[in-house]
Amino acid sequence: MKITHIIAIILIAAAIGIIITSMGDASQYVSFKEAHQMAANGNGEKIHVVGELKKDAAGNIVGMQYNPALDANLFSFVLVDEKGREETVYFYDTKPQDFERSEKIVIIGSVKDKYFVADKILMKCPSKYQGQEGEIKEVEARQKTS
Amino acid sequence: MVNTLVGNIGHLSIILAFVSALIVGIGYFLSQRAQPLSTQQSWLNFARIGFGIHSVAVISVIASLFYIIYNHLYEYHYAYDHSSNNLPVHYMISCFWEGQEGSFLLWIFWNVLIGGILILTNKKWEAPVMTIFAVVQAFLASMILGVVFFGSFKVGSSPFILTSEVLDIPVYDPSSPAYNANFIPADGNGLNPLLQNYWMVIHPPTLFLGFALTLVPFAFVVAGLWKKQYTQWIRPNLPWALLSAAVLGLGILMGAYWAYETLNFGGYWNWDPVENAVYVPWLVLVAAIHTMVAAPKSTVALKTSIILTIASFVLILYSTFLTRSGILGNASVHSFTDLGLSGQLLLYLLSFLVFAVILAIIRWKTLPSSDKEMKLYSQEFWVLIGAMILCLSGFQVINTTSFPVYSKIAQFFNPDANFALPADQVAHYTKFQLWFAIIIATLSGIGQLFWWNKLSTRERFMNKIATPLVLTLVATSLVILFTKETDFIYMVIILAAVFSIFMNGATVVNLVKKQPKLSGGAITHIGVALMLLGILYSAGYSKVVSLNTTTLVFTSDEDAPEDFNKENVLLWLDEPMQMAQYRLTYKGMFIEADQFPSYIRQRDVVYTEDPFRAIVLKDVYHNGKKYFTTGDTIATQPENIYYKVEYKDKKGRIFHLFPRLQINAQMGEGGFAVSPDIKKKFGKDLYTHVTMIYPDPNEGRQWGDMEEYTVSLKDTFFLNDYVAIFEGVEPLKSTPLMQLSEGEMAVQARLRIMGKNKEHFVTPTFLIRQEDGMVARPPEVLPELGLQLTFLNINPQTQEFTFGVNAGQKDFIIMKAIEKPMINLLWIGAIIMLVGFGMAIKRRFESPKKVRKKPQPLVENTA
Repeated sequence: MKITHIIAIILIAAAIGIIITSMGDASQYVSFKEAHQMAANGNGEKIHVVGELKKDAAGNIVGMQYNPALDANLFSFVLVDEKGREETVYFYDTKPQDFERSEKIVIIGSVKDKYFVADKILMKCPSKYQGQEGEIKEVEARQKTS
Repeated sequence: MVNTLVGNIGHLSIILAFVSALIVGIGYFLSQRAQPLSTQQSWLNFARIGFGIHSVAVISVIASLFYIIYNHLYEYHYAYDHSSNNLPVHYMISCFWEGQEGSFLLWIFWNVLIGGILILTNKKWEAPVMTIFAVVQAFLASMILGVVFFGSFKVGSSPFILTSEVLDIPVYDPSSPAYNANFIPADGNGLNPLLQNYWMVIHPPTLFLGFALTLVPFAFVVAGLWKKQYTQWIRPNLPWALLSAAVLGLGILMGAYWAYETLNFGGYWNWDPVENAVYVPWLVLVAAIHTMVAAPKSTVALKTSIILTIASFVLILYSTFLTRSGILGNASVHSFTDLGLSGQLLLYLLSFLVFAVILAIIRWKTLPSSDKEMKLYSQEFWVLIGAMILCLSGFQVINTTSFPVYSKIAQFFNPDANFALPADQVAHYTKFQLWFAIIIATLSGIGQLFWWNKLSTRERFMNKIATPLVLTLVATSLVILFTKETDFIYMVIILAAVFSIFMNGATVVNLVKKQPKLSGGAITHIGVALMLLGILYSAGYSKVVSLNTTTLVFTSDEDAPEDFNKENVLLWLDEPMQMAQYRLTYKGMFIEADQFPSYIRQRDVVYTEDPFRAIVLKDVYHNGKKYFTTGDTIATQPENIYYKVEYKDKKGRIFHLFPRLQINAQMGEGGFAVSPDIKKKFGKDLYTHVTMIYPDPNEGRQWGDMEEYTVSLKDTFFLNDYVAIFEGVEPLKSTPLMQLSEGEMAVQARLRIMGKNKEHFVTPTFLIRQEDGMVARPPEVLPELGLQLTFLNINPQTQEFTFGVNAGQKDFIIMKAIEKPMINLLWIGAIIMLVGFGMAIKRRFESPKKVRKKPQPLVENTA
């Protein structure tokens, strides 16, 4: 066998290896219910939950807490997932700019000790006028590098 | 009146550019057919004239669009959406590429320029190369064509579309009573302030020049395959490929630096899909350059060059598709919005992919090949391995970046398919790229050794590598000892980078004596190795220094989990706070002023009706020099507020940082963006940005109900929670803002308030006009204490004075500070890398000139 063939085979094997290992890191979109099931099964994998902020009949946001004078690094809010289940989400960072205006929120994180802790919040904000797509904002609470 | 003329000229020019591109393509193509030489020549002339028309049309499109932006013709949506009356002229250029249409236009423009240079300098390859160019131009022009076929099939999105065609508001709705087709908005939406930055003036053109330049290697390889000039295409192409990689690399680095300096990502690279989409084609192009250099020696390298050159261009198209089709959707922060071009972009991508692959397959059998076995101890082998590793590294990045695409495809078959990007992308990419970086650095050292020495046997190789290897081990040990490095992987990275520096350094030293011109490659490698070290230290040892060190219990929420990331620190105005080795004090809000080298305290100015002008209430000095006198009007940018933070280290040395907050209506009403301020020191950068502030610049301070205090002169009383002394009153002749006229009286009270750390003086005024008894009581604010004082009344009978006090929040900022050690190595390495590229480009452009002296017949292999 020629050396180029050997290289080609190694190359393909490496590419397949990369695909498989990368897929292993893929996250998924789940509901709060599934997130809790995962945590109960000892699966600490980070997942995505899509939802909206809880609002009362008048359209005011309910259950959002941020008191920077007390703790600048703790923000919590109530998110209603696509299945209608609502839950308090904790975010260990400052409250993201324009959080209240977001129409749709994607949180990335996991259930820890029964509570959903978000590492990252993606917000979809309505655009300033119609005809244009809303913009996406990304806010990230970085985990301490271990 | 709506000016439709310029838009019509522009739109017509786009159509002309599109049609002429097609004609140029046909002309050049036909000139290559087997036919009498005179016919070929006339087709060639035809195509050249066509290219001239095309160039004029493109310039006319650009001129029309610029005319619209420059003259604030808001009847055009592009001007309305991207510009505004107050936009400085140099940023009007940025308006061009803020929108997707304009960025296509920029790309088209660069192609015209490059195509023109190719026509003038390379007669031999002109026709086949320009055929490809013309087809690409036609595709690009079609993206901004904005023509509707068969009633509903829209091709391209024109930048000359009218505001009335886009905005869905009553004034443009014929059924509404407010309907007025001639309505023109008085002002535009403005350019996103984040882009009002000199990097945004030069970064996009550089990046798009890089994009445009990748077309040259692709056009050459296709021309080579088409004309069966399988090896000849490489030599004229190499300098272009190098130039393309250098410009694209420069563009990527500019983007990284902009992100570091202006965005609060906390870093220069975020593995954002948009960043990745440009990085991967660059990697593949760099790999292609390596195999091209080795191609004269090896047919395997030649074949690999063909594949990689095609791949890098197709990847550029793929990246265009990813960032502009909207398919990334939730995955990226800064991709363009979807203009409904997805189908067209996909067609563009697939056409070139399918065409190039089919052409390569047809020609594959006829490519030169050799039965000789490639040797392990040969130059080609190691270059090839290096190129493969570069490609694998790129493959890993593009594979993960494509997850949203895979997800879309999977949903075709299974609507429930559920597939998201890795939750921690940085960790995901780092896990792989770390090892690629180690292998690439090592190979760049070994490759150089093989390239410049005849090392045909194992013994010779061992002889040559022994000394540098020992030196590397010694140097690495010293670095590890000195930096007290304990992480094994980091040690390996240092080893690989130091090895690369030594091996390439030795090459440079050897070449300097004989042929210094040839050392470009080795210098580039040294730059890359230094960048690797810079990335390792700045990212691996990036340290959040604003960790909250107080022992206060922060949350009243007992349910809150305990593993807090307390990376943000709250600073009250004028109250010092210890943070790591610094004592920090927030010193207040500042603004910038034209012709002033520093910042002015916001409290010392009053804004006029024009928010871009303000009047100073105090003389303004900087370094002892007086810049403004009380009452002067200054020009300022009202959207920018700077928060002055004083850093005092243990030795008592003081420096100030001014992290910025920018009110950014483009990010939604009430939106703002923050930018860091960076203290650059020799060994590390200290990076500071605010994450939250009070008062919100859009909402102002919030006050509670007014409490009234009636006191006599020299009284001491409790004011909210503070002890206050009413020291006295005095009449005023004038205030900084106005001269009092006759019959007007002003009295200023002076109160002393004992704060926690120091005394504060507040001087509220009371104005009265005698003839009608009108009074004015401008409130005075004490932001350090969160108090607002109003001089309410004077009672001449009882000699008593009444003050109104509103309590509110004290001013504060919440900020994050990060230390980035050795980040300068990254920028120094980047500059060295680009210098190396420059040397290689210069040499490769010079060398084919000698060959080009004798132009060869245009048609060689048509038979």
